[in-house]
Amino acid sequence: MEQVDYAPATGVLSSIWLLVAIPLASAAILLLLGRRADKWGHWLGVLAVAASFVLGLIFFIKLGGLDAEHRSAQLSLFDFIDVGSLKVDFGLLFDPLSGVFVLLITGVGSLIHLYAVGYMEHDADRRRFFAYFNLFVAAMLLLVLGNNYVMLYFGWEGVGVASYLLISFWYTRPSAATAGKKAFLMNRVGDAGLAVGVFLMFTTVGSTQYDKVFSSVGGMSATVVLVMGLLLLLGAAGKSGQFPLQAWLPDAMEGPTPVSALIHAATMVTAGVYLIARSNPIFTANETLQLVVVSVGALTLLIGCVIGAAKDDIKRVLAWSTVSQIGYMFLCVGLGGAAYALAIVHLLAHGFFKANMFLGAGSVMHGMHDQVDIRRFGALAKPMRITWITFATGWLAIIGIPPLSGFFSKEPIIAAAFERESTWQAWTFGMAALIGAGLTAFYMTRLFVLTFHGPARWTEDNQHPHESPKIMTIPLILLAIGSVGAGYLMSTTVPDWLNPVFGEEQAEATGVLSHTVITILSILVTLIGAGLAWALFRRGTALAPEPAGIVVTAARRNLYTDAFNEAVFERPGIYLTRALVYLDNKGVDGLVNGLAAGVGGGSGRLRRLQTGFVRSYALSMLTGAMLVVGAFLAIQLGWLA
Amino acid sequence: MGELKLPAIDYGALAPMLILFGVACAGVLVEVLVPRRLRNVVQLSLALLGVVAALTVLIVNRNLRIVTIGGAVAFDGPTIFLQGAILVLGGVSLLLIGERSVEAGGAFVAQAAVVVGSDRDGKQSTGQPGLTEVYPLAAFALGGMLLFVAANDLLTMFVALEVFSLPLYLMCALARRRRLLSQEAALKYFLLGSYASAFFLFGVALLYGYAGGVQLSVVHDAVANPQHSQLLLYGGLGLVAIGLLFKSALAPFHVWTPDVYQGAPTPITAFMAACTKVAAFGALLRVLYVAFEGVRWDFQPVLGTVAVLTMFVGSILAVTQTDMKRLLAYSSIANAGYLMVGVLALNDSGLSSTMLYLVAYGFSVLGAFAIVSLVRDSDGEATHLSRWAGIGRKSPLLAGVFTLILLAFAGIPLTSGFTAKFAVFGAAIEGGQTWLVIFGVISSMLIAFPYLRVVVLMWQSEPGESTPAVSIPGFLTSAALGLGVLVTIALGVFPAPLIDLTREASQFVR
Repeated sequence: MEQVDYAPATGVLSSIWLLVAIPLASAAILLLLGRRADKWGHWLGVLAVAASFVLGLIFFIKLGGLDAEHRSAQLSLFDFIDVGSLKVDFGLLFDPLSGVFVLLITGVGSLIHLYAVGYMEHDADRRRFFAYFNLFVAAMLLLVLGNNYVMLYFGWEGVGVASYLLISFWYTRPSAATAGKKAFLMNRVGDAGLAVGVFLMFTTVGSTQYDKVFSSVGGMSATVVLVMGLLLLLGAAGKSGQFPLQAWLPDAMEGPTPVSALIHAATMVTAGVYLIARSNPIFTANETLQLVVVSVGALTLLIGCVIGAAKDDIKRVLAWSTVSQIGYMFLCVGLGGAAYALAIVHLLAHGFFKANMFLGAGSVMHGMHDQVDIRRFGALAKPMRITWITFATGWLAIIGIPPLSGFFSKEPIIAAAFERESTWQAWTFGMAALIGAGLTAFYMTRLFVLTFHGPARWTEDNQHPHESPKIMTIPLILLAIGSVGAGYLMSTTVPDWLNPVFGEEQAEATGVLSHTVITILSILVTLIGAGLAWALFRRGTALAPEPAGIVVTAARRNLYTDAFNEAVFERPGIYLTRALVYLDNKGVDGLVNGLAAGVGGGSGRLRRLQTGFVRSYALSMLTGAMLVVGAFLAIQLGWLA
Repeated sequence: MGELKLPAIDYGALAPMLILFGVACAGVLVEVLVPRRLRNVVQLSLALLGVVAALTVLIVNRNLRIVTIGGAVAFDGPTIFLQGAILVLGGVSLLLIGERSVEAGGAFVAQAAVVVGSDRDGKQSTGQPGLTEVYPLAAFALGGMLLFVAANDLLTMFVALEVFSLPLYLMCALARRRRLLSQEAALKYFLLGSYASAFFLFGVALLYGYAGGVQLSVVHDAVANPQHSQLLLYGGLGLVAIGLLFKSALAPFHVWTPDVYQGAPTPITAFMAACTKVAAFGALLRVLYVAFEGVRWDFQPVLGTVAVLTMFVGSILAVTQTDMKRLLAYSSIANAGYLMVGVLALNDSGLSSTMLYLVAYGFSVLGAFAIVSLVRDSDGEATHLSRWAGIGRKSPLLAGVFTLILLAFAGIPLTSGFTAKFAVFGAAIEGGQTWLVIFGVISSMLIAFPYLRVVVLMWQSEPGESTPAVSIPGFLTSAALGLGVLVTIALGVFPAPLIDLTREASQFVR
């Protein structure tokens, strides 16, 4: 394994810490000033992210000026922990990979912040919303800018907390609270994987610095690499909503729409892709590991498409499509080699067109009294011109119609999947990606047609569709321009730009199908999928879901993954808790009696609350004592025997 | 009959304890001699002065390493660090105990002997100044704790255990409000504590039979060259451990914790959560590292199971709690589990990381209970979680501070909680206890949920009619809270100096 070295930060680049510090400071100001900042707080929030973007751009250009060999800037702020073998640096790394992420986060972030100024206008807590939003941006930047896995973990936890707060922002809706909980718990499963993975690095490498870890991958045994990679993958799958931890992402749509656009489409959910791309030396070192990543990606992309085709909630369809598109990225990073860069290209393109469509969906909801059911839309193209046109660009981009961005980013992924060395894998993953493209075309067209075309399924009595204010449409227009143009630009420049991170592109591999055939095939399935959906839905649809066959029913119920989670995780968890509470005598107090005590006060009432008897406590201690001493004696006797 | 020879005594090593015991005795005299209206000021100043003096002596003697008075007291790196930690945390607790402006008369009852519910009780419930005996009691307890972490033989350790436990039992019974709950908590703590002490003493007897002495070094030598039945050793080890596990609140010996934490006056709960934990784990570290190092392979799995059980009992039950003090009690149980993971690393980093954790947790938990004492209505503290809804809207600063502390408990990076957890888990992996770390990580992921739920409750809910006003903290509480928050942040962002200190202090003398 080759040595990985990062050049130290010099000149302008030594102030990259400002990128994180500015939004963080803004969040702190907004939270601490409280109501006093209500009038202008949101503008401070927008300004902070925009400032980070400008700085990011300057740093990016500066970085581009360096020669490819030394195109990285590592900045060590201080020794976070430095004791004996344990050394963690509080350091940042600005290299081509983190550079593009910084631009994505702050660029798309600024637009979404701007949009949110309009979207949240009538919310009394707009200032607090922007505080959390800035906090999120700061954490996300820390995640991609850290120069070691502990820093990444900092950001990882930070975005987790911020997104939990943002999903439950509308706390009054019980569904929002439940969704926040679900997102939190499923993310924790992933986080636990990441945390153990980081500890494993400590034991095997003695460091979590990217350069040190990557340089010593060559000396590790295959098992260690596999386990480490699987743990990182678990973390990545949790954050990015990949199989088997995909269920939280669509539920997270309960949060305000700008949150869905920024966190659950453009940035946070792609953190898993970043993690794997960043850890490319680990993943490249083990073929089994790569196969697992590819399989997770392929499976998730199909699951996402199938469920997305059966949903009626405009944001949920988009959410499942996010799951599926990130599935493409996982598939792609699993392929390794030149495909890493392709995954990043798709990630960037997706950031544009998905944010565009989410904001478009928000604009539709804004004009339609927060209605989200696409069965109750239709004929909105006329009253919402700008939303319609911008959404159309997003739609054409995601289904991969040339020359929009999705075509340039997705088609190479399909081609790369067909280039796997093993023939069966090439066919399996290639076909999965290809079928996924067809399905994507189908459900996105369904969404588009049902929303903007066909007969109106709303009445003038209760709905007054209208275009959103300029502050919302301008970000839409800018994102639409990105959805149209960015793909071609990035597909040629980004892979070169990322060469220092992923290594030089290898010689063109020959797949089971030629590149031209694949291009033709993918355009063909896209057209078939889109055409089919157009034909089926151009006359509208029933206002309520009709009884359907097994497949559609299963898809409507998220392919029974929720039921599976409930049976496997939730119920045993509940029983375990109940058993523990029972053993604990008193744990139940609060659920019933505590409320009464809190309201009534008074010592007599509280005394009844105290139902734990000393004798049962003593008994539990005695049992424990017998077990502990018994265990010691058992060990001892076993040793004698 | 031979000449009775006095063992050599190094007064420098004993000075901190002597000062505190002296202060405690002087405090008893103050009760008699000083007029009531002056007592609180005099007692508080006296106790704080004692703590500062003891700390000064400790710092002056920081390079001393000695085993003194016939091998009863060991004055070494861990002793100095842990005694220092107890003194600092104890001093901060005294600030909370001394607070008199948040509630008229303070958190303590005026006369503890008055029957609950009687006419006199009604009269004294509001306004009358709280009793001041709590200061000498606290000083005795602190002195006992100092001895507990320095005790180099098992009998001295037992004496120290009783010296600091008895005042704690009494202090638990002194709440001004909800006196029955408080008295019940004290009685429970006393009964179960005595029960656990009996286990400890029985274990000491067995070990005496095994080793022919109670000094930790004698036990260590006997373990290395066994002369007697190993059954005595393991029986003794098990029973001694149980006594210590009880004080450290490790499952299944944790059952008293929620009741006592809930019933005791909040400043005393804070005192117990911070200082008792340091003392108990200090003694546990010394016993396991000094006396039983030779049988580490045998006790590691047993105590490891205890640690895993503790972490899960604490974290899972914390989820179902609806009372803030009980929630913090279960959180303290879970934290005892994480501390045990550090203890069981059984190497130098295990020792230093556990000490780091004790300090980090101690300051955060003091801050947490300081805030609990501020959220109150006309009936005293409003500890039910539903009452905390929307506090963030009413008093953003206080809710912000509490959020920070909860994030620290949850182990979110850039707070002391992360640094400490990272250190103990790292040490355990270094010590080959990966399985403990895996369970530890899972448990700490679980317990983050109740903490964050409180955060959301405070910030995202509308304050209701019943949301209590947050009292303006007096100077003493503000100081305690400020220190707690400062350390929580400092250890999160710049932990290196304290880590260095714990590492320098990580050598036991034998």
